[in-house]
Amino acid sequence: MNALEVRELSLRFGAVAALDGVSFDVAAGELFAVIGPNGAGKTSLFNLLSRITPLSSGTVRYFGQDLLAFRAHELAGAGMARTFQNLGLFLPLTALDNVLVGRNHAMRAGLVGSGLRLPAARREEAANRRAAWEALAFVGAAAVAQRPVGSLPYGMQKRVEIARALAMEPRLLLLDEPVAGMSRGERGEIAELVGRLHADTDTTVLLVEHDMGVVMGLADRVLVLDFGRVIACGTPAQVQADGKVVAAYLGQPLP
Amino acid sequence: MTTFAQLLFAGIALGSVYALVALGFTVVFRATRVINFAQGEMLAFGAFLTSWLVLSGGLPFWLALVVGAGVTAGIGLAFQALVLRFALGRPDFTVVMLTLGLAAILQSAIPPLFGSNPRANGDPWGASALHAAGLVLNWVQIWSIVTAVVVLVAFYWFNRSHFGLAMRAAAADEEAALAVGIPLRRVFAVAWALAGLVACIGGVFVAGFPSTLDPTVGNVALLAFPAIILGGIDSTTGAVLGGFLIGAVQELTAGYQPQYLSWLGHNFYLAAPYVVMILVLLVRPYGLFGSRPAERL
Repeated sequence: MNALEVRELSLRFGAVAALDGVSFDVAAGELFAVIGPNGAGKTSLFNLLSRITPLSSGTVRYFGQDLLAFRAHELAGAGMARTFQNLGLFLPLTALDNVLVGRNHAMRAGLVGSGLRLPAARREEAANRRAAWEALAFVGAAAVAQRPVGSLPYGMQKRVEIARALAMEPRLLLLDEPVAGMSRGERGEIAELVGRLHADTDTTVLLVEHDMGVVMGLADRVLVLDFGRVIACGTPAQVQADGKVVAAYLGQPLP
Repeated sequence: MTTFAQLLFAGIALGSVYALVALGFTVVFRATRVINFAQGEMLAFGAFLTSWLVLSGGLPFWLALVVGAGVTAGIGLAFQALVLRFALGRPDFTVVMLTLGLAAILQSAIPPLFGSNPRANGDPWGASALHAAGLVLNWVQIWSIVTAVVVLVAFYWFNRSHFGLAMRAAAADEEAALAVGIPLRRVFAVAWALAGLVACIGGVFVAGFPSTLDPTVGNVALLAFPAIILGGIDSTTGAVLGGFLIGAVQELTAGYQPQYLSWLGHNFYLAAPYVVMILVLLVRPYGLFGSRPAERL
């Protein structure tokens, strides 16, 4: 089964088409990248998939189900996790609490149960804490678990955000430009982390990225957007050899 | 010494009421980053309703308090469900103005529903007191301390649970909270319901002996303000300790200032909490327990 089946997706803001008839499939277990120059519609696509913006037309099937049937906060429970281009962390909370919030949908104990510290509620809390610690360890942020996330350096914050997404045990993980604004060294580390995450879990990853180098090393397949349209889709090697892609990124050669 | 102990007891009793009022502000602020300007009016409405249920409805006091707190919680819930849900994602200022609107509605609803004359709060204790070790401990004061402690312990547990965590997360970043599956509307609804609940309980005890209940009882929210600012507006612990501190300061000032600093006038005890608040803010701008916003330069 495909993780995503996107058909004729369009999003218009007035006369401007942020996305125009975009169609693609993401196979389950795949690391699928969406690239494109600034303003190509990458983040619009992301916001549509996470149901933050309503779409103008088209259909999206998410593991066989109609994505439009979900509301934004229900997607987490349905196995979709995301990170944000400019971080979506809860800055005053500790790194551990941030990741624990990612376990929110796995918490069943009611107010009374957790208030009275009933055994079932305590077991559940312990399991969630363990999962949160494991996620932090996986991304290499266990050492800063008890610190407010707002006080951490940017690269570490990104790791915590990825840990939170991991702790949600997603079927589909959406990463929105995970290396944006990072130094060369940090980019390599985060790229390595994304690769390891994809290799160690059977999570499907949809990666939106501006940095070609990162994408080409990681992705199974790449979709290239330009001005809201699909201009190429294939393996990294195929896409890199495509004349339209080169033109979109580097411009047309002078006649 | 006896005088001091007597004043301190009165201060703690008053402080426990302030702590309840401050808690109402804090719970809404923590979830929504907005100061609820209707907190005082919710408090007044809850207190009047409880009093009416006892004196006109013939309900036993504790049952009336439960019903009154339930209805006031319902008002908070309805305000979120019917009004504030449409303001989601709007600037905070919009929400602040809406809370002022709720304040106006509740304020004008009280006289036609319950009359505008001062009335008893309906508690069974009146002026009765426990005499021990040379102290006069009014029962209503003892019970306000007990009730506050019970409510505060319940809140402590609530904050530790994942509901409390979800609430703090929602306050920090709404879009990210949605992405991790936190139902924002439900979280805000719970926050408003809790605010209504503690408002009613606080209001009933504010109006206990030697006070009475009149439509201006909501002004106590203004007096609880130094407590929240002092404690740090986003900290439950801070609100509670701030409440007790302000209560003690006010009673001790009322007890000693006319004797030793009489030139400050008769009602200086009403200003004393603000003086303490200003002094604390000079040293700790985010209050004693408030979180300093993290800034990236």
